[in-house]
Amino acid sequence: MTDMAMTSHAASAASAERAAVLQKLRGGDTVFYWMTRIAAVSVLGLLGAIMISLIIGAWPALTEYGLRFLTTARWAPNAMPDPVLGGLSPLVGTLITSFVALLIAVPVGLGIAIFLTELCPPRLMRPISVAIEMLAGIPSIIYGMWGFFVLGPFLADRGLGGNLSLFNASLILAIMVLPFITAISRDVFATVPPVLKEAAYGVGCTTWEVVRNVVLPYTRVGLIGGVMLALGRALGETMAVTFVVGNSFRLPTSLFSPGTTISAAIASEFAESADLHQSALILLGLLLFVLTFCVLAAARLMLARLAKKAGA
Amino acid sequence: MSARISPLYAGRKRVNAIAMALCYAATAFGLMWLALILASLLINGLPGLSPAIFLENTPPPNAQGGGLANAIVGSLMLTIIGVGIGAPIGILAGTYMAEYGRYSRVTSTIRFINDILLSAPSIIIGLFIYTIIVVPMGRFSGIAGALALAVIVIPVVVRTTEDMLLLVPNPLREAAAALGMPRSLVIKQVAYRAARAGIITGVLLAVARVSGETAPLLFTVLSNQFWSLDITQPLANLPVTINNFINNPDPNWKKLAWTGALLITFAVLSLNIVARTLTQSRKSK
Repeated sequence: MTDMAMTSHAASAASAERAAVLQKLRGGDTVFYWMTRIAAVSVLGLLGAIMISLIIGAWPALTEYGLRFLTTARWAPNAMPDPVLGGLSPLVGTLITSFVALLIAVPVGLGIAIFLTELCPPRLMRPISVAIEMLAGIPSIIYGMWGFFVLGPFLADRGLGGNLSLFNASLILAIMVLPFITAISRDVFATVPPVLKEAAYGVGCTTWEVVRNVVLPYTRVGLIGGVMLALGRALGETMAVTFVVGNSFRLPTSLFSPGTTISAAIASEFAESADLHQSALILLGLLLFVLTFCVLAAARLMLARLAKKAGA
Repeated sequence: MSARISPLYAGRKRVNAIAMALCYAATAFGLMWLALILASLLINGLPGLSPAIFLENTPPPNAQGGGLANAIVGSLMLTIIGVGIGAPIGILAGTYMAEYGRYSRVTSTIRFINDILLSAPSIIIGLFIYTIIVVPMGRFSGIAGALALAVIVIPVVVRTTEDMLLLVPNPLREAAAALGMPRSLVIKQVAYRAARAGIITGVLLAVARVSGETAPLLFTVLSNQFWSLDITQPLANLPVTINNFINNPDPNWKKLAWTGALLITFAVLSLNIVARTLTQSRKSK
C-alpha cells in the first residue's frame, strides 16, 4: 500500500518535471521559429528599405528636373544662378561600357565553357575552372588600380585611346564578368542530357556541330539568363570603372574618349556633394538600382525556367 | 564517289578545327588576365612588403616609409563586425526558408529578392547606409561601414545556408523527430550539424566578398590617417586607403597602395581556396 503511494507520488513528481521540461522546450521552439521568421522577412524589408530611402533621397532632384533628367547631357552642379544637372551622359556611359564588355566577354566565356565541357582533359578541368573563378574573387578596386597603372598606359601606347577611356573601362569590365559567364555557361551545358549529344556524335557530327546544333539550342534560355546576370554585374560595377573611365560628364564622341558611368559619378562626387547635387546623385543611384533590378529579375526568371525544365 | 564527298568532310573538319582552336584561345585569353594581374601585384607590391607595413601607421603625404597598420586593423574590425551582424541574420533567414517555410510562397519570394540583393550594386548599399545612418548620426563612422558590409553579407549567407540545409536528407530529421525531439532542437542538433561545413563555407565566402569591398565604404566610414579603434568615428581601412593613395601622385603612397593591394588580393584568394577545400572534403566523404 505505502509502496504504491510512494511510486505514484514519484510518478506525479516526474510527470510534473516532464511537463515543465516540455513547456520549456515548447517555449524555445516558438522563440526559435519567430527568430528565423523575422530574419527571413527582414531580407524582404531590406529591399523595400533600400528602394524607399533612395526615392526619398532623390525626391528633390526628381521634382526639380522630372523626365528632363534623362535627356539633359549637361552636368554643372556649380553653375550660377541655378545648377544644371542631367543624367544623360552617365547613363549613356553605363550602357556603352556594359554593352561593349559583354560583346568581349560573352564569346570568350562561351569558348572557355565549351573548352571545359568538351575538350579539356579531365585532370585539368578543375584547376582551370578554379583559376577562371579566381578572377571573380579579385576585389574590384584591384581591377581599377591595375587598369589605371598597367592596362591604361599599355592601351595608350598602342593608340587605343588615352589612359582614361570608355574602352579601357569596358575591357576591365569584360575581365570582371568573364568568370560569371563561364561558370553559368558551364553549369547550363551540364544540364544537356548526354543521350542527345551521344546521338549527334553517333550520326557523325563533329564536336563543333554538336555544340552548335545540340548544346547551344538546348541551353539557350539559361545562357541568356547568365548573360543578363553578368550584365547586372557590369551595370553596377563601381571601383574598377571609376579609376579608368575618366569621369568626364560629356557625351562620349567615341569608344576611345573619356566618359563616366552612373556608379563612377556617385563614387567620385558623392562625398563632396550637397543639396540638389547630392539629390541628383541619389537619383542616378535610383536609376541604376531600377535598371539592375529589372535586368537581374529577368535573368533569374529565365534561369528558373531552365531549372524547371531540367527537373521535369 | 569518295572524291566527291571528301571536300565536304574536309570542310566540316576544317570548321571544327577552327572553332576548337578558338576555344583553346579563349581559355588562354582568360587565364592570361589572371596571370597578368597577379604578376603585376607581385612585382609592384612585394618590394614594399616589410614588417613596417604591419607596425607603422599610414604616413602623411610626401613623407618616407610608414606602413598600413591602422588600415589593416580597421579593415579587420569592419569585416568582423559586419560579418558578426550579417551572418547570424543570414543563417536564421536561410533556416526559415529551408526548414519552416520550404514550400511556402513567402520563401520563393524571399529567394527571388535575395538573389537580386546578391548582385545588387554595392555602391547603392553605400547610398542606403549613408541615408539611414550617416545623415542622422551627423558624421561618418566605423559602425556605418560595418552595417553596409553586413547588408552585403546577408544575401551571401542566406543563399548558402538554404542550399546546404536543403541537402540534409529528411530521414535524419524524421529520426530525430520520432524520438520526440522538438523542431528547434532537430534543426539545431541535427540539421545544423549535418550542414556545418557548407554553412561555414558560406560565411567564409561572405568574408572574402566584403574584405575587398570599397564602394560602400567610401561615404560611410570615409577613412582615417591615424590609429583609431573607435567605431563611432571615421575608421582607417585598407580599401579606402588604397583608393586615396592611388589618386595621389606621391610615389611613397603609390608603393604602399600596391603593397596593400597585394595583401588584400592574396587574403581574399586564400579565403576562397579554403572555402572551396572545405566543401570539397565534404563532398568526397
